[in-house]
Amino acid sequence: MAATIRLQREPFDAAAEAAALARGRTDIGAIVTFTGICRGEENGAPIAALTLEHYPEMAQAEIARQVEAAEARWSLLGLCVIHRFGRIEPGAEIVLVVTASSHRHDAFAAAEFLMDYLKTHAPFWKQVEQAGAKSGDKSGDKTWVAAKSSDESAAERWVNAEQIGREQP
Amino acid sequence: MSVKLLYFAWVRERIGKPAEEVEPPPGIATVADLIAWLSKRGDEYAHAFENPKVIRTAIDRAHVKTDAAIAGAREIAFFPPMTGG
Repeated sequence: MAATIRLQREPFDAAAEAAALARGRTDIGAIVTFTGICRGEENGAPIAALTLEHYPEMAQAEIARQVEAAEARWSLLGLCVIHRFGRIEPGAEIVLVVTASSHRHDAFAAAEFLMDYLKTHAPFWKQVEQAGAKSGDKSGDKTWVAAKSSDESAAERWVNAEQIGREQP
Repeated sequence: MSVKLLYFAWVRERIGKPAEEVEPPPGIATVADLIAWLSKRGDEYAHAFENPKVIRTAIDRAHVKTDAAIAGAREIAFFPPMTGG
């Protein structure tokens, strides 16, 4: 199954990526396209930008492992993950997950699984640049975003669900 | 045996460099041993590793727990919990 994984600084076009995945195919009955977007506030305060640091070699390997896990678990006909790094402003896209299958259940489930794992296992770290910094200020000061326990719980439920599935007679 | 260490995010900021080569002495067998040994190298390391519970580790680009053996590792990375996606 063709899987595209890209790490890039530049913006991406979600619709174009989904269209490319499905082009010429008549076996695909469902495409789910998820885009993660930079919001304009963090912890109630407006932000100027997010900056994403990453560990490039590991990010590629880790996302490939997650994609492999998704392929093993659901019937997928196509998959695309794009994750940006560098400076990203509010309203701009950060991450894309596209999944394709014959029927909708697998496409939805695989997309959610991949997002839950990207949030907790992909080696990226966000810094927030606060809004309102004037030139001459001690700006360029950035603070690290803290990981959320709700993201950890979201990733864990896929493990629990799989274990329960295995225990079923 | 020397091993390359990589530091990311605020771990890198506290230690003051993104990477280095180290030669842990015999007896440093696990990730937890390595973190304890690194913490003694200086204040900046102690500061970076002051709360080992929030340090995540990868050996050769795969996540590991702190009881993982470091023998044979070529690259060990230390970083805070991830915030990608």
